[in-house]
Amino acid sequence: MANSTSRRDFLKIAATAGGGLMLGFDWFSAKAEITSVISNAALAAGKTEFNSFLSISTDNIITIFSPNPELGQNIKTSFPMVVAEELEADWSKVNVVQAALDTKKFQRQTTGGSGAVPHSWMILRKAGATAKAMLVEAGAKRFNVPLDECMASNGFVVHSKSGNKLSFGDLAEDASRLTVPKEVKLKDRKDFKLIGTSVKNVENKNIVTGKPLFGLDFYREGMLLAMIQRPEAFGLKLKSVDAAAAKTMPGIVDVVSFKNNVAIVGKSTWQINKARKALKIEYEREGNLESSADHDKIFSELLNGNNTQVRRKEGDVEAAFKNAAKVITSEYQCPFLPHNAMEPMNFFAHVRADGVELVGPTQTPASARSAVSKLLNIPEGKITVEITRLGGGFGRRLMTDYALEAAELSNIIKAPVKVIWTREDDMAGGLYRPAVRYRFEAALDTDGNMVGYKLRGVGMNERNPTRENNFPSGAVDNLLIESAEHRTPITTAPWRAPITNFLGYAEQAFLDEVATAAKKDPVQFRLDLLNRAKTSPAGAVRYDVDRMIGVIKLAAEKSGWGTKKDVSQGFSVYFSHASYVAQVAEVVMKAGKPVVKKIYAAVDCGEVINLSGAKQQVMGGIVDGMGHAMYGNLTFKNGSPEQNNYNKYRLIRMKEIPEVEVFFVNNGISPTGLGEPALPPTGGAIANAIFKATGKRVKAQPFVLEEPFKIKAV
Amino acid sequence: MAIYKLHINGRSYQADVEPDTPLLWVLRDNFGLVGTKYSCGIGACGACTVHVNGQAMRSCTLPVAAVGTQKVITIEGLSANGDHPVQKAWDEVDVAQCGYCQSGQIMTAAAFLKSNPKPTADQIDNAMHGNICRCGAYHRIKEAVKLASTKA
Repeated sequence: MANSTSRRDFLKIAATAGGGLMLGFDWFSAKAEITSVISNAALAAGKTEFNSFLSISTDNIITIFSPNPELGQNIKTSFPMVVAEELEADWSKVNVVQAALDTKKFQRQTTGGSGAVPHSWMILRKAGATAKAMLVEAGAKRFNVPLDECMASNGFVVHSKSGNKLSFGDLAEDASRLTVPKEVKLKDRKDFKLIGTSVKNVENKNIVTGKPLFGLDFYREGMLLAMIQRPEAFGLKLKSVDAAAAKTMPGIVDVVSFKNNVAIVGKSTWQINKARKALKIEYEREGNLESSADHDKIFSELLNGNNTQVRRKEGDVEAAFKNAAKVITSEYQCPFLPHNAMEPMNFFAHVRADGVELVGPTQTPASARSAVSKLLNIPEGKITVEITRLGGGFGRRLMTDYALEAAELSNIIKAPVKVIWTREDDMAGGLYRPAVRYRFEAALDTDGNMVGYKLRGVGMNERNPTRENNFPSGAVDNLLIESAEHRTPITTAPWRAPITNFLGYAEQAFLDEVATAAKKDPVQFRLDLLNRAKTSPAGAVRYDVDRMIGVIKLAAEKSGWGTKKDVSQGFSVYFSHASYVAQVAEVVMKAGKPVVKKIYAAVDCGEVINLSGAKQQVMGGIVDGMGHAMYGNLTFKNGSPEQNNYNKYRLIRMKEIPEVEVFFVNNGISPTGLGEPALPPTGGAIANAIFKATGKRVKAQPFVLEEPFKIKAV
Repeated sequence: MAIYKLHINGRSYQADVEPDTPLLWVLRDNFGLVGTKYSCGIGACGACTVHVNGQAMRSCTLPVAAVGTQKVITIEGLSANGDHPVQKAWDEVDVAQCGYCQSGQIMTAAAFLKSNPKPTADQIDNAMHGNICRCGAYHRIKEAVKLASTKA
């Protein structure tokens, strides 16, 4: 495979201060403008803001800067693995460093949408291959032999005839004087040594020894701490503050208010927490103070009303339903959910006369910077953003609110400050997964074929809670997908696998209902639909039918679908974020209640980069999907969340997890992301297995509040 | 405010804080021992677990005034070089995703294995049930505790 490389991809090589090869490359775009040559001085000073680069020092240490925020998706390990693979580096000599925000050098310096891997795969490979080509050329010159007699292997350039070899470090300086090759050959996947193997997280040692990696751990000499009291209900605004008592309490530096926030600034977390309780704050109404019971009514009205937007329409839906032998209608209810990252929101900001320094856990450093720039009217060029490790994100840290607050507060108090959220602040602070309700309708002909399909999705602050081009669109001749929205003061945001985290369950549970009504095996029912999408598609088909069939068959085979007597199995398959995942859940009855014993997952994400990390993402996604399907529930009373800490909000724990077995399709297709795709199918597989075991359809989350569980939530 | 002398990780520390200050915040704010994590503040998630006289305790609900002369071990002091059998098992099994809860998980596991060096799978489940991992790394936590029990 040949790939052209231009100076637009590779900024310039330069000798490092101590000698060596340094290759600046653009991780994310071949369209980026040529930027300046890497300066030796900047490298010597150990600064991190100047470039994206791969450097090989004369003592053989390979440094790779990793631009994307790390929140547990393991990108800080998997990205450098790709570079090292093509480079033929000795992995034990690779050192990975988190890069700060630099929009000139990096593009898509974001963690979200499972998008980083597909975006960067070829760029990373080319970076490694280019450096390798230069090292091999330098080696051939040094050995004074033809180029084609030399190859790179495990950190050395080897002359195959004589067996002579020189380390990358020995050749780095020579290589740095060569011209960047225009074309480089990428490895054949059968020669991969690192890609596809299990490589341990590069941060393991720091994590297990408690090193200060996270935003909440960040410390700067002279910085103040702050907490912010926000309105206790959505729909309220700040009226007045009496901070007299709080201000006199020990350790309190100041109490200031801005927008709807009252910030208590001090020297220690505990003192601030105590002073906060001494604040006397009055709020007044600014919008509706909505309760979950109100939402119930609103959902009904929207589902039965006519104020919907058509998202996709195929054929003659009206006729299909009118002439149907059987019509199945079902509704599924999705609650609001908080993200509950284990590390609560926090951010450090220092607004100075000459610029702004931001440090913290963000999935979108560029958005944080532009929002701060706009808010304070300070040019982006004067704002730096350092990215700490994120103690979980789940979409919450795509939002910029918590960075903005820190910057606004620092600007007011003219001091460096770290704003920290308590768990209660975090869980009651909004930006939730939106609550949604779906109505599905299916029309069957006399042979049990699904000839009509309708989906109406209505959401809270969610204009389109459908994914109108996902399966079964394309497989049903007569189809109508619509949406409607209610605007609520309760704020919403993306939540791991936005929309599909619930829609995947609802749709797959509904299709199980339809298969049951059609008296068909649920797996065969799906395969029949997919065959239909392949042979006579109804409109555009925006998923790969063969890849979806592939995971369905793999999951069915590995789970022994339909052959087991001692367990009840439920099937589910979903395509999201460019990856395909099928799951089979196995349920047994224990003391009259269903218990999930095992989940099989068949995954097609193309090439698996790091097997250990990939399995982690799938297993974690399944545990997350199951936990929130079973227990997750945020309810409201007069605009206030009724759950604000783990004593009232239940997260899945050790004893509740099923066994999970993961199988990857080994097809060598360019890789797609895995942070999200394993989550959406899980609730559906479980609900379908519960039906098999009990004859009861679980149509709302959390499952524990539904038949056949009906247990009291904590 | 009062002066508290604490024995942490084999060293002496001193802090001038209010008596009801949770040990967690003394560790983090006063001593810079930030390996012990804050997540819920009500003893419900285990992220702040430390050892007090060898027992796993939730430092977020333990007032500094109640610590007295008891010996406190935090994740930073669990071993000199990060080579405690539990830490080694955590690396070998490649447990961490985001990693935020892991010091609490490790401290819980280390205290548990000291009292029960050869646990059954059910005993591991029971011992670790109080520690939340939002990333859902439970399978590997379980596996790592099992592995550590063969290393000690």
